[in-house]
Amino acid sequence: MYAQMVETGAKRLRSLEEMSPEERAFQERIDADVRIEPKEWMPEGYRKTLIRQISQHAHSEIVGMLPEGNWITRAPTLKRKAILMAKVQDEAGHGLYLYAAAETLGVSRDELIAELHAGKAKYSSIFNYPTLTWADIGAIGWLVDGAAIMNQIPLCRCSFGPYSRAMIRVCKEESFHQRQGFDIMMKLCAGTAEQKAMAQDALDRWWWPSLMMFGPPDADSVHSAQSAQWRIKILSNDELRQRFVDQTVPQADFLGLKMPDPELKWNETHGHYDFGPIDWEEFHNVIKGNGPCNRDRLRVRVEAWENGAWVREAALAHAQKRAQRAKQAA
Amino acid sequence: MNRSEWPLWEVFIRSQHGLAHKHVGSLHAPDAEMAVKNARDVYTRRNEGVSIWVVPSAEITASSPGAKEPMFDPANSKVYRHPTFFPIPEEVKHL
Repeated sequence: MYAQMVETGAKRLRSLEEMSPEERAFQERIDADVRIEPKEWMPEGYRKTLIRQISQHAHSEIVGMLPEGNWITRAPTLKRKAILMAKVQDEAGHGLYLYAAAETLGVSRDELIAELHAGKAKYSSIFNYPTLTWADIGAIGWLVDGAAIMNQIPLCRCSFGPYSRAMIRVCKEESFHQRQGFDIMMKLCAGTAEQKAMAQDALDRWWWPSLMMFGPPDADSVHSAQSAQWRIKILSNDELRQRFVDQTVPQADFLGLKMPDPELKWNETHGHYDFGPIDWEEFHNVIKGNGPCNRDRLRVRVEAWENGAWVREAALAHAQKRAQRAKQAA
Repeated sequence: MNRSEWPLWEVFIRSQHGLAHKHVGSLHAPDAEMAVKNARDVYTRRNEGVSIWVVPSAEITASSPGAKEPMFDPANSKVYRHPTFFPIPEEVKHL
């Protein structure tokens, strides 16, 4: 998802009997659906895994501004431009809520950003694909934000208080993103033959990467089992993916667009859509840094950080000077 | 912490007239003035508030999570602090 394949450090799942008294009390509180707050005792693995997961999520929000920012100056109308700017600004806000949640675990935002820029921290695979046409902005809102909501709604109930509260804020705002995307798609699909073809082309390119966002099947993964035990992962990757397919296919039907999957069909027995195999090799390649835009995304982020350094330093120097003067005057 | 990192501030927003300021999250800013401006952009993009407070996070003193029992348990035994503790006959009104 926005955080994919998060390592937990666990080798296997342990039962309550095998845990230390502190850890056991901690697990019992999680099992009783009590929220864990930053200053309370927590296993080191829980703390580290959460830092990894929340920072990946934050990095995804920030890097996610790039493919959409690409179209702000070329939005087809002033109204669409204002809407897209508001949407991209929200993503910055989401990144900030999440960095703040991660910081409650005793790590600084600068450290997290340094890890991203050094290529040590991951962000979602989806943002390494290019936005070639205006229809891609529609497809991202509709599919990518749709998939993000699917993942984030259960996380509102996760065990870590600050993460859960950040997710609640994010989910309130995210629904606007999905709707503005679908609105772009509706407009294109009701337009000329070329405009509808543009919408179809965007769906063709974004559909499979959107399904990959949920990550590889993880039913047998020890990390996923550990995260589920800690209630920082609520549903499995495949469960979320299936829900997303079931909800999105009728929306494509409404638009009169065709999903780029010849094996996609309604399964009466299971009450779900069956879909074709996902190219996991492509996914792993993108995660490893070999997607169409990985290098470009990181380069732009690093440049923005370095070019902004003088502003951060000047603002701090100004604040220090004013504090000094106020002290002397007193 | 990095020497050049902006300090952390806690943000409180009053959502409408008559309600108290409520903690909504935190942010980094070089000084109080910038913290208020950043808080406006980060936490009130959708009319969430009519007033903002910012407090340096380092200035907050919190109760210890480990001392939860001695802090809060004494209130548990004082059930008579709640009006429902006192049974009132049904025919008695306005009480």
